Amino acid sequence: MQKVGIVEVAQSAGTESPLSLMEFTYKPVKEVLDKVGMKRDEVDMYILASTDVFHSGMSCANAFDWDASGAFMKPASREEGDAITSFVYGCMPIMEGKCDTVLVVGLIKGSENAENDTLTSFVADPFYSRPVGIQETTAAAMQMRLYLQRYGITEEQCAKVVVKNLSNALFNPYAHIKKRVSVDDVLNSERICDPLKALECAPKSEGVCAMLLASEEKAKKLTDKPVWFKGWGSSMDTFYLGDRDLLDTQLKTAAASAYKMAGISNPRKEIDIAETCEPYAFQELLWCEELGFCAQGQGGKLIDSGVTQITGELPVNPSGGVLAMNPYVARGLYRVAEAVLQIKGKAGEHQLDKKVNTALAHSTYGFCGQWQGVVILGS
Amino acid sequence: MAEQKEKPRKVASMGMVPYEMALGPTWTRFFEGFKEKRILGTKCNKCGRVLVPARPFCPRCFEPMEEWVEVAQEGTIVTWSYVNYTYFGVTPDMIPVIGATIKLDGVDCGTGMWTQIGGFDIKDFELVTKKVKVGARVKAVWRRKRQGNFRDIDYWKIIE
Repeated sequence: MQKVGIVEVAQSAGTESPLSLMEFTYKPVKEVLDKVGMKRDEVDMYILASTDVFHSGMSCANAFDWDASGAFMKPASREEGDAITSFVYGCMPIMEGKCDTVLVVGLIKGSENAENDTLTSFVADPFYSRPVGIQETTAAAMQMRLYLQRYGITEEQCAKVVVKNLSNALFNPYAHIKKRVSVDDVLNSERICDPLKALECAPKSEGVCAMLLASEEKAKKLTDKPVWFKGWGSSMDTFYLGDRDLLDTQLKTAAASAYKMAGISNPRKEIDIAETCEPYAFQELLWCEELGFCAQGQGGKLIDSGVTQITGELPVNPSGGVLAMNPYVARGLYRVAEAVLQIKGKAGEHQLDKKVNTALAHSTYGFCGQWQGVVILGS
Repeated sequence: MAEQKEKPRKVASMGMVPYEMALGPTWTRFFEGFKEKRILGTKCNKCGRVLVPARPFCPRCFEPMEEWVEVAQEGTIVTWSYVNYTYFGVTPDMIPVIGATIKLDGVDCGTGMWTQIGGFDIKDFELVTKKVKVGARVKAVWRRKRQGNFRDIDYWKIIE
């Protein structure tokens, strides 16, 4: 199997843009190609992640996505779940030796569509769950209740995730939400569905992320500092919440297979930084447990200890995470991009003040983390 | 599965979701041109092609298309279809319709627009087959009141 190097990334910022989806997508793609000095037709394959239906009212991915990402007259494919898988699908033909270069693009304009709760209500099955009004946020609130109850996690500990991530986002030029908040601000924000508060929920963001992947030989030619793809794992749970233990998600399975592939035996010690997908604040704590950063039920103590702060031993979401920037579908590729920048030492003002050798990028979609995916990158 | 008496049912379902989609500077300028009865294209400074509708960048060369050109309002039918059935959003009063792709003079692509041929009794299919042909010449006919959208071109008239 061939090694896969990540050569270059470009991201757009999350605030509402007056550009059309086509114009908005073109910019980061062009930026990546210009940075490495490649023409779009020199790229062997294009893998996109976007959504044709509810999260993009256009419903016309074929009309806008391909030309704008440079894929016109090239081998190309598109995926709808989460962009982190488009990253992995992009790695595969390189690992196989079929392609030298692949461009991966995740794109969405969140400002153009209805609130996530309206849209995710369509994710529920139409006969049994949708009629009662379940959607991603109401499902998450039930998961949070269980989390607080079973392990004695406090609402303050969950609120600290928001404080940490939004504070990190102040130093990330691509983050959407830029405001400093206190634990009290979070606790006093509207209880939209108890125990979940408004400030604990991710926004809706614009987001195009473009990333050039290359074979080992090609990557070394195109950049001084390629970042290497080391491991990947994913797992899908059943849909019905009643069939699952909401605090025992498929993230453990996904992480175990990613760690195995990357040769990681002690994630807490071996991983230098993690970018997780936490559309609801408490989920970062739960994901940290399932990723093996602390024992089960110890997510609250983990954030209290300061380990996951940007200055801590294992910073989690130095970019501000999904709480600060939530381009649904593209968000998984943003996690990978941030991990790449930290390893390259090019994260700018939110660059970690330490050597970063191994980074983890995580993404999830579906109610209460139905699907989970983990990518490991190395220097 | 054990045999059951009742016939499996269906549940009617319809979703309504609001959207507000950014037209962006390129489409905006293109449709502003319609208000003044002008069809605008963009020219690629690399390959020299003029494309209609206007594009923010050349899909082939992947360079920004910053040069605007006004193009001819006459052209040639590339292909067409006589649409005479209803589907969701198309009511009986809206048909028949003659959809066509037209290559405008001086433009380097078949205008990707789904344009409508009209100006005569298109309910008469015999007449349609006599007048509408691949290669036939057409001319844009504008609406009196224009709002800067695709409806501003009322129809494309066959030049006899």
